[in-house]
Amino acid sequence: MRALHVGDDALLVEVSSGEEAQALHAELLRRRAEGALTVREIVPAARTVLLDGLADPARWASELTTARVPTPPSHARELVELPVRYDGPDLAAVAERWGVTEREAARIHAGTEFTVAFCGFAPGFGYLTGLPDRYHVPRRATPRTSVHAGAVALAGPYTGVYPRSSPGGWQLIGTTDAVLWDHTRVPAALLAPGTRVRFVPVEGA
Amino acid sequence: MTDRALVVVRAGALTTVQDRGRPGYAHLGVPRSGALDAPAAALVNRLVGNPPDAAVLETTLNGCAVRPRSTVTVAVGGAPCPVSVGGRPVAWGAPVVVPAGALLEVGAATAGVRSYLAVGGGVAVEPVLGSRATDLLSGLGPAPLADGTVLPLGAPAGPPARVDGAPQPRPPAELVLRVVPGPRDDWFTARAVRDLATRAYRVSAASNRIGLRTEGPALERARPGELPSEGMVLGAVQVPPDGRPVVFLADHPTTGGYPVIAVVRAADLPAAAQALPGTPVRFVPVRRR
Repeated sequence: MRALHVGDDALLVEVSSGEEAQALHAELLRRRAEGALTVREIVPAARTVLLDGLADPARWASELTTARVPTPPSHARELVELPVRYDGPDLAAVAERWGVTEREAARIHAGTEFTVAFCGFAPGFGYLTGLPDRYHVPRRATPRTSVHAGAVALAGPYTGVYPRSSPGGWQLIGTTDAVLWDHTRVPAALLAPGTRVRFVPVEGA
Repeated sequence: MTDRALVVVRAGALTTVQDRGRPGYAHLGVPRSGALDAPAAALVNRLVGNPPDAAVLETTLNGCAVRPRSTVTVAVGGAPCPVSVGGRPVAWGAPVVVPAGALLEVGAATAGVRSYLAVGGGVAVEPVLGSRATDLLSGLGPAPLADGTVLPLGAPAGPPARVDGAPQPRPPAELVLRVVPGPRDDWFTARAVRDLATRAYRVSAASNRIGLRTEGPALERARPGELPSEGMVLGAVQVPPDGRPVVFLADHPTTGGYPVIAVVRAADLPAAAQALPGTPVRFVPVRRR
């Protein structure tokens, strides 16, 4: 674990894997909840956790480089089930890349337990990990100018659901009616870092 | 109290509702947003007796015009500009009473970019995640003003401040940005790190609330590719593939994959909000506090 200073009052803590970043994020949330850590933002990402608005970054830099981070038990985290129709325009291409039928591709995706590794790109957009390496797919060579809200998509190691209509370069494999982001709801975001996610196929595609 | 409202008569090039933003939600992909020139927004709020977190209007270059439905106290600050009520010039940077139905005109900035208009009681649009700020990256908060927009106003909290002509910094003729090197300065050549500190840059016309873009020598990378996405801070000097540094402002994305060569001191960002395209920019490396 390496802590890089970011400006005067932030630290970027680097770890070697996504799993370690998730464990560190959980540990930092725990320390904040018990009052040991005062910080404005804790932002997990692919291989890092950013602590922004720290009162004493130097102390935390030394503390975190020697800290032992326990792996949190997965059952402690919330599980969200997203109803999905595997009807995306890129499902056939993804299935072909995986060397399976479309039906089998849907079964593989729906049989995976995902974890929200981090959020970004748009409010409520979670980067979900869980697919084995052999199922990772590249982005589309040409991004679409418009992807509809609720599109379930793949890129690299991640699955994501577009919270609202936007341009996008991910491979679209399905659609969910779940509302990923609603600022009038508490909490506004259905998916937060650490949340476990399962896609549950629904009939009537 | 339905008559406590502002009718937008001329929205201007880009006028948005701003307050102190919505920090604390970056982990959900929500930018902090908020007034780019925060001290100017705080000052105009103080001039009309508002709390510092009241929502104000942030104009861009050519001001705006509004008509209050009830008599209100207003103050305009930030970028200097002519201000008039019912066609008669009034003070900039001081509390002014606008009678019900009179036209308040915030003119084009004579220096700087963004003027701030505070109204007693504050702009009272519905908050989103605790803030009324318009976030142009994510679309949270009210849409930018359009001609005919009606903005509700809150009840005045206190008497206007007894300060006339409060001092405000002039918009910069040269933008000097103190930067703390890192966290990804090792992704650049030694020459690029030296270039950032010594070469002349200018504010690009492509700048906006998301970032202050610059024109100048491209910073040379020591390694190719992108980082795995990582958290971004306000003031981050991110270097996209074209090599021209971009300083992240309030509506910046919460994560990104281009390396951050340095981070601008928070105290220098209000000046960045007021730097016109073409303004010379100097990045001055400083030690971390």
